[in-house]
Amino acid sequence: MERFAFVLYRPLQLVPVLFGVSAVSFLLVHSIPGDPVRILLGTRATAEVLAKVRAQYGLDEPLIVQYFFFLKNLAAGEFGRSIIFKTPVMDLVATRISPTLFLLSYAVLLSVLLAVALATWAALRRGRFADQVIRLYSTAGLGLPAFWLGIVLIILFSIRLGWFPVSGYGAHFFGHLHHLFLPAFTIALALSPVLIRNLRSSLLHEMESDYVVTARSRGLPGSWIFLRHVFRNSLIPTITLLGINVGWLIGGTVVVEQVFSVPGLGSLMVGSIFARDYLVVQAVTLIFACAVILTNFLVDIVTVALDPRIRL
Amino acid sequence: MSALTLPARLLSRRFGAPRALQVGAAIVFLWLSLAAVPAVFAPYDPIVQDLGATLIAPSLAHPLGTDNFGRDVLSRIIWGTRLDLAMGVFGVLAPFVIGCVVGLVSGYFGRVVDALLMRLLDVTISFPYFVLVIAIISVLGPGLQSFFISVALVGWVSYARLIRAQTLVLKESEFILAARSLGYSKARIMFRHILPNAVLPAAVFSMSDIVIVILLGSALSYLGLGAQPPAAEWGVMIAEGQVFMATAWWISFFPGLAIVLLALGFSLVADGLAERFGVRE
Amino acid sequence: MTAVPLLAVKDLSVVFRRRGADLEAVRGVSFALDASEILGLVGESGSGKTVTCRALLKLLPGQNARITGGTVRLEDQDLMPLREAEMRRIRGPKMAMIFQNPSSHLDPVMTIGRQIAEAIVFHERASEKQARSRALELLRQVGIPDAERQLDAYPHQLSGGMRQRAMIAIALSCRPRLLIADEPTTALDVTVQAQILRLLLRLRDETGLAIVLITHDLGVVAQTCDRVAVMYAGRIVEQGSKPTVLTCPLHPYTEGLIQSQPEAAPASERLSSIEGQPPSLADLPSGCAFHPRCRYAQAACRRHPPPLAEVDGHQTACLRWETLAATRRIAEPS
Repeated sequence: MERFAFVLYRPLQLVPVLFGVSAVSFLLVHSIPGDPVRILLGTRATAEVLAKVRAQYGLDEPLIVQYFFFLKNLAAGEFGRSIIFKTPVMDLVATRISPTLFLLSYAVLLSVLLAVALATWAALRRGRFADQVIRLYSTAGLGLPAFWLGIVLIILFSIRLGWFPVSGYGAHFFGHLHHLFLPAFTIALALSPVLIRNLRSSLLHEMESDYVVTARSRGLPGSWIFLRHVFRNSLIPTITLLGINVGWLIGGTVVVEQVFSVPGLGSLMVGSIFARDYLVVQAVTLIFACAVILTNFLVDIVTVALDPRIRL
Repeated sequence: MSALTLPARLLSRRFGAPRALQVGAAIVFLWLSLAAVPAVFAPYDPIVQDLGATLIAPSLAHPLGTDNFGRDVLSRIIWGTRLDLAMGVFGVLAPFVIGCVVGLVSGYFGRVVDALLMRLLDVTISFPYFVLVIAIISVLGPGLQSFFISVALVGWVSYARLIRAQTLVLKESEFILAARSLGYSKARIMFRHILPNAVLPAAVFSMSDIVIVILLGSALSYLGLGAQPPAAEWGVMIAEGQVFMATAWWISFFPGLAIVLLALGFSLVADGLAERFGVRE
Repeated sequence: MTAVPLLAVKDLSVVFRRRGADLEAVRGVSFALDASEILGLVGESGSGKTVTCRALLKLLPGQNARITGGTVRLEDQDLMPLREAEMRRIRGPKMAMIFQNPSSHLDPVMTIGRQIAEAIVFHERASEKQARSRALELLRQVGIPDAERQLDAYPHQLSGGMRQRAMIAIALSCRPRLLIADEPTTALDVTVQAQILRLLLRLRDETGLAIVLITHDLGVVAQTCDRVAVMYAGRIVEQGSKPTVLTCPLHPYTEGLIQSQPEAAPASERLSSIEGQPPSLADLPSGCAFHPRCRYAQAACRRHPPPLAEVDGHQTACLRWETLAATRRIAEPS
């Protein structure tokens, strides 16, 4: 249990990082040249609204005071108002977050399935044709642009074969599964090469371990040894790798949402950039950063749970 | 003389170059040639429109087809090589330099300086790379210049870590102790003694990073935040072709293939260098 | 030796393929073992002792090794024609093996208890609970203190000696009648070595376990074994009861090994050693493989590999064993 003590300490260590992240998000918007109020509210706001916002954000105060206003507002869940949608940013985020979460989970699931299947197949058929092909995929695949892959998959599976819809989110759970399959699969195809390289190499290394010989000397069959010993040992570095790549995953989701017109946070962010809806950009950036921090924390917990040798 | 033959020697079997390195280098060399003298290889002009020849499928006259403006896709891809290659190489150069400086300073001076710089690093890596880059571009405005600035501000992190790790080890070594006892200035020790010995893992990583940055840059251009039309950048071409997915698939397909093949070259070089110099990931 | 020994190995040969050439790692090895007997298999690195034992289990490493001849009869059943699936029923329930380095031979992410229980669950289709209580018994049997708690311990939490005991418990989980121990004490501290050897003796006394103990250390042999077989360059060069072989060796190699023990040299004299190096398998000397290093060697030794001569159950592969014995009788007043 003491190995999990870090769960208590880590949030304290994360406080400076969280402050830093919020500072960067704050500075992002505040480095835009021009009148900050005009930037935040657009050209059509009235004088009273301008004055009210000036007061709320302390926009006439020095930068550091403005930062504290920003933090105070954050704590209250107040991200400001979107210029384009004319609603509080918080509400906007609340509606758009579920498609992104769904897509991310779906993508992770498919990536893991794909990586486990291909890496295992390659490790068990080491040196043979299947292994060579998979290794080629895991090297060439590093250069697969997710946005291009998405388009190729749409051409093949939506347009030519008609199996999946071209875009959108769909209604109800199964609608989501259907609409988001191609986007999630796109991300999985783009992420899995990295995972496959690592898992395959891990598997091969563990398969040569001494404890495998011990297991065989007890008459345990290869498949049993593979599942109960080799696999568990190999999984640990790969899960860590998956955690490290969560930033990449989120970035991939942003692009893929654009390709497939999925109404999630990613497409919201891209749209807001073009519309100069800076408060939305700031909010989404901050949320994504918090997601990365949280995920890294969770991955650390999972790693400690899986590997009894680790102390963090 | 020996410096000129260095690349050739690096790649020869005798030097121990793995197959991956040789193949990768050959591929990169091919692309470099296309980028250097596109006019030699491209049959048509990349910008000039020919509205009488729009949306032609791949054929003898146009091996990769034409787009909605009648421009030859093959020629545009060839001319676009210099854009994507530049994005990759220069998009790695600034982060490399910044990362080296930060890593050296952080590792060498330690304590407060190190703590501060590492906090900055922690904060930077808490943002998804892509998200932070586009957030910065939103402030700077779309365009290639914004792209290079953004990437410099965000991408230095990996290099800083690698260099710092090496610096921490090297600064305790005998030859550094000797340099210090000779009264050399800190800057001289860092840049002329530590850096050349610390730089190898970072240099090997830079090859994989070129792949990452090319993908990043083309994705940004696809979104409209990087290179702008009518530039023949491959991401822009893919975006322009998406509208015609159903009828003229070749406009989006072949530029993407080019990205994959360019990235493949650098990935193989990265693998080969890692194998040759025993650098683990 | 009873009429049907527990283990009877006859003319076992194993060949390795390296760089296109076939190397004979084990050449015509024969020995036998009864229940409750401990046979010491002695030799330097490269003598073929480990390969021989892996061959008994048909667990040769890699693709390049294969058994090219001989029979291995366990409880009068020839193991050679058995297929892999049938061998798996032998490994564990009939015979088991323990290894030199317990740290690397145990799965680091699985508890000791589960590693012991595993084979029980697989071979006997026991429930997890039954297997676990058997595992607890086994941990007690091998002398691990606080066994209840150690069931849920991980290998890295145990000391070297404890890990080796755990490995013994794992090997004995399905009650095999034969245990092969490949240098089980070499990687351990001297004090712990003695404890492990005592454990093996106790297990033999309590359960009738037969043990093939591989070692390069004659001290270990002296402490634990009933019979000894000495291997050199893939062949058994001497075999017999421990007291006889150790006091009256009939092969120059064995004699050399005994004399090079630190205990054998009088306090003020230099340690003796056998000159030269063991031969590489790719380049074996003609005739007797030991002749280049042997002070009794004659022309005949270079011509043909000596056949195994037997004197009262004591075998030796030396043409000049009588000279050897005579020389010693002269040197040592009786």
